[in-house]
Amino acid sequence: MSEITYKPGHEPHLRETRRIFRNIDRVGYDPSIACFIKDGGYETLKKAIKMEPAAIIDEVKKSGLRGRGGAGFPTGVKWTFIPKGNTKPVYLVCNCDESEPGTFKDRFIVHQDPHQLLEGMIIACYAVQAHYAIIYMREEFPEAAKIVQRALAEAEKNNFLGKNILGSGYDLNIILHRGAGAYICGEETGLINSIEGVRPYPRIKPPFFPAAIGLYGCPTIVNNVESLCQVRQVLMRGGEAYAADGATRSPGTRIIGVSGDVQRPGYYEIISGSITYGDLLYELCGGPKPGRSFKAIIPGGASAKVMRCDEVLKGRNPDGSVRKMTIFDVPMDLDSIAQHGSMSGSGGVIVMDDSRSMPEMLRNLNRFFAWESCGQCTPCREGNPWMLKLSTRICQGKASPEDVDLLKSVADNICGRTVCAFGEACAWPVQAFTTKFREEFLALTRPINAFKPHNPEAAEARKYLTRED
Amino acid sequence: MSTEQQILPKDAAAAEGKVNVQINGTWYRFPKGTRIADACNSVGVHVPCFCYHPKLSVAGSCRMCLVEQGMPPRLAPGATPTYNDDGYQTIQWMPRAIVACANTVAENMGIRTNGTVCTEARRAVLEFLLTNHPLDCPICDQAGECKLQEYTADYGQLTHRFTESKIKKGKNLSIGPRVNLDQERCVLCRRCVRFMKEIVGEEVLGVVGRGGRNAIACYPGKTLDSNYSMNVVDICPVGAMTSKDFRFKMRVWFLKSTPTIDVNCGTGTNINIWTREQQVYRITPRQNDAVNSCWMPDDHRLNYKYINAPERLLTPLIRTDQQTEQRPAAWEPLLRAVAEQLRRCKSSELAIIASARLTNEELYLTKHLADLLGVKALDIVPRVGENDGMLISADRNPNTTGAKLILGKDGSTLPDIVRGIKIGKIRSLIVLGEDVTAEAGIPAEQLRKLDYLLVMAHSESPTTQEADAVLPGVTFAEKHGTMINVTGRIQRLNQAIDPLGEARADWDILRALLQECGDVPLKAARATSSMEILEEMAEQFEALSGVTWANIGNSGRQILETGVTIPLIEREHAKQP
Amino acid sequence: MTEQPDAIAALAETKPSPGEKYYPPFKVTPELTKKAKAYIAMYPKGREQSAVLPLIHLVQEKHGYICPQSVLWIAEMCQSTPIHVQGIVSFYPGIRTSCPGKWHIRVCHTIACALSGGEELLSYVCEKIGIDPKAMTEEEPMAVSADGLWSIEAVECLAACGFGPNLMVNDALYSQMDQAKVDDLIEEYSKKA
Repeated sequence: MSEITYKPGHEPHLRETRRIFRNIDRVGYDPSIACFIKDGGYETLKKAIKMEPAAIIDEVKKSGLRGRGGAGFPTGVKWTFIPKGNTKPVYLVCNCDESEPGTFKDRFIVHQDPHQLLEGMIIACYAVQAHYAIIYMREEFPEAAKIVQRALAEAEKNNFLGKNILGSGYDLNIILHRGAGAYICGEETGLINSIEGVRPYPRIKPPFFPAAIGLYGCPTIVNNVESLCQVRQVLMRGGEAYAADGATRSPGTRIIGVSGDVQRPGYYEIISGSITYGDLLYELCGGPKPGRSFKAIIPGGASAKVMRCDEVLKGRNPDGSVRKMTIFDVPMDLDSIAQHGSMSGSGGVIVMDDSRSMPEMLRNLNRFFAWESCGQCTPCREGNPWMLKLSTRICQGKASPEDVDLLKSVADNICGRTVCAFGEACAWPVQAFTTKFREEFLALTRPINAFKPHNPEAAEARKYLTRED
Repeated sequence: MSTEQQILPKDAAAAEGKVNVQINGTWYRFPKGTRIADACNSVGVHVPCFCYHPKLSVAGSCRMCLVEQGMPPRLAPGATPTYNDDGYQTIQWMPRAIVACANTVAENMGIRTNGTVCTEARRAVLEFLLTNHPLDCPICDQAGECKLQEYTADYGQLTHRFTESKIKKGKNLSIGPRVNLDQERCVLCRRCVRFMKEIVGEEVLGVVGRGGRNAIACYPGKTLDSNYSMNVVDICPVGAMTSKDFRFKMRVWFLKSTPTIDVNCGTGTNINIWTREQQVYRITPRQNDAVNSCWMPDDHRLNYKYINAPERLLTPLIRTDQQTEQRPAAWEPLLRAVAEQLRRCKSSELAIIASARLTNEELYLTKHLADLLGVKALDIVPRVGENDGMLISADRNPNTTGAKLILGKDGSTLPDIVRGIKIGKIRSLIVLGEDVTAEAGIPAEQLRKLDYLLVMAHSESPTTQEADAVLPGVTFAEKHGTMINVTGRIQRLNQAIDPLGEARADWDILRALLQECGDVPLKAARATSSMEILEEMAEQFEALSGVTWANIGNSGRQILETGVTIPLIEREHAKQP
Repeated sequence: MTEQPDAIAALAETKPSPGEKYYPPFKVTPELTKKAKAYIAMYPKGREQSAVLPLIHLVQEKHGYICPQSVLWIAEMCQSTPIHVQGIVSFYPGIRTSCPGKWHIRVCHTIACALSGGEELLSYVCEKIGIDPKAMTEEEPMAVSADGLWSIEAVECLAACGFGPNLMVNDALYSQMDQAKVDDLIEEYSKKA
């Protein structure tokens, strides 16, 4: 594969392993099926379609592949949640509603290498015996929608889709459904409601997985774009070989998106756990910007808890003894960072250097979550605008020290009490920012007489409450 | 331990199709599939809910019903569960509260509502709900029966920590001919949306906007004009949906509610009638799963204005000479005069037009009056409309079934009576509780030509105007009695207010008249209440055997099989697994 | 009682926009109906409601925004009700209820883009196309220039975080923007007009 050349500025770092992103920003590569087939595309499908569906599921289970949408749930296990003896149609939905701030991996797949996704998706559909599948594409990818639409037509023309795929007797129809710019549609049951044409409120749990009751009340598998591409990799390499690569509990490659204050932000595909956050930021990304130093890292998309770069973490040596370490020593797999109270999520790493004001960063996140809250359940609907108003006030210097505690308390009150995981997603940043950078928040506040109004209504009301002497 | 193994509670429960659940430390048994909220409420452990309504699909979105839950610890593979002395496994409590509406009970489950997990969750949810709530309780119609108010008092906090500007939304919006909406007061439980979609089958309400700007709305031009629209006012837990009819009329805490039944059709919808002193302010449906579920039609609900209307007859009236006006009379002399007049009538020339709006007891007395006077020409006025496919029956009389049972009449001989009047064969007429110029179709001129017309009615009508004697009766709100609905269910009318003015309960008038007309060997003629009359009837009618006022209760009792069903109730039964 | 705009009536009212001259007004044509039916046919029988979003995109692509007449039309086509469709229209930020400019610019200001200068980019673009940034409010996130050529909206995450700051002009994404690139871009699109 030495003949692969990448566009200038997009060459892989030596410590990268480009599998899913093999053809991204590759010179001479286009999203057409001809190009894909020339590169060995659809060979895996030809192999898979001769296998028993159960054997494919076994292979994926063996591989230890975990979903790449953020939650990291084992893909093969998810597939087995379809009720035994099910007689309803099974649906598969590809979640291409990539919208977690900091995450931008699926974009490249659907724009530049759509057939990779289709091949993985067809294999997955065959494994779960779905005959109707939907690619849910976020509204902000209008070009990708056209590209994928074209790819679907090409695949059908080549009999990789449609009736009697490759003579196997298996039929599959995939359609493209475009979203309209709502973060909540990334939540799988919200996404299903969006497809059903109702307001995309996430559904209440139980049932915990749409594999039991999903789209149109039928068993539905929802997989992320990268996960489906990884399914292709699993079948290509074999489950055991796939499992042998990288971290034991989260094998395979991971696509990391780095944004923020580093020399070289962008995407990096690495073997899971093969490098640490320090390697990523200092080696792959070239370190902080000139004259700056790293201050904070959000390790897995906007909803992950922020990590201070000077935070002392407790690590374990192989002999079991405790050693002191920082975020830079934490390996980049799915679980390591979780031991230190954050999460690796969908692989979006947001980096902030010492020039940044943390309250301002939090205000930005609060605005995002207040804007994206669907408003179905009380804590999230009412809590998010409240947190935004509080953090805005803190940033404007109109808050008292107590308001910082109040902000954290509001987040605590949302967390764990909502219909979907959005409650945690919006609360975690607040909890982490206000705890870990408390001094920065307090520095912006000043003791304020609680009776002094800080909003127009209160100021108006005060006229009637106080006597001007 | 003895070798003889005690039966474990789980096996004992499983044998009955039930599971054991510990609620606040006490073990109970519930059928499998019971919702946690229903289970708790059934044993007196109150679970507050906004969005959950047993008749609607579960939304699970208000998060008010969060409770602490625990299950036995998950066993290691191959391990066997251990049981304590009482035969239960230990409960491992979850750190997160779960919603009691969407989750069902399970074997050995523990529920706690008195620990910090639950109380903190409730406090937090209430605080969130109040952040953007206008807190306009002093001018809110719902105050006093508002769930938000109640729960805040029960589970909320005393201080408010929200000092930001509130989100502004629409206020005082007319979303239909009978309902107003205040989007700011709304807690977005979507009960109204689900009711209209699932029960009425018209998706006219919906949520628009998103996040904090979510609001209930209808689309301009497609408003909430269903005949069942006012049910959304009842199910709205807060003051977001208000009844245009009731708005700003009376604070609810001044009102007394009396459980009774609706008399606008044969369904006999169970209702509460809300009164203060002698005034009726509103009617709301009362849950009865065999009759009307939790709902009632708007036109029936609003048909109460006649009770306190100026047309009400408040004194007995008599006309001594054809040419003179009616003039007020005292009850006793009037009844004597009426009895004397009736005795003089030739029984073949006398007819009685009674009403299927009368109670069973009144019909029973009517029957005896007819017997005493030897009247053969007796019937009721039938009222037939269209069944609306929901709750309104085709029979628009509330007690046709009772009339059939007691009088043996269903209105089919009414045309003969009408003809008899027209051709002059019938010279005298007793009208009980009807305006015969309306549905019966007897023109006022013909009434005028009668030798004698006695009318018992609660309100003035063309019929009463032609009467030689008017006995002022009462409306359904002013008397006790029983009626049998179209499905054959006997139900109670309870008296909500005293008879207005000098009016008397109809059964009482008939009883007095009967006594005046002759010496009847009937207990009923000396009865001091309609309950006593019912007692006598229970001995005489097979269908009523064993029926007492007490055992009818407020939810009625099925006594006949008529074969008639109520569509909405049928649908509800079909939905149940 | 103070005079307030009726929140219900407002649902069927459209804020006039100078951009309207660049888009044909909504009209039901046989061609549109045919396309709509093709979309509806993509979903299983009895699931016509699923086509609400595709039809919204169909209308918005051609006519720029979703007007009250199109809400009624979509509701009818999808065997739904106007309030249901309105509930969806008002939910998604990607669906507009008033007409954008010929060139609709979306500038990302979520954390990653903000770190690389998204907020500054937003104000610079506003200045370039002559729109007061204050015209963008929470209720009306989109502001249209007086000539109807431009409209601008601050949006959350366009999923190109590593290459911020990002903006979109209609369907095209432009990454790693700076003032010079904005100058070129605005000039390029002005010429296209």
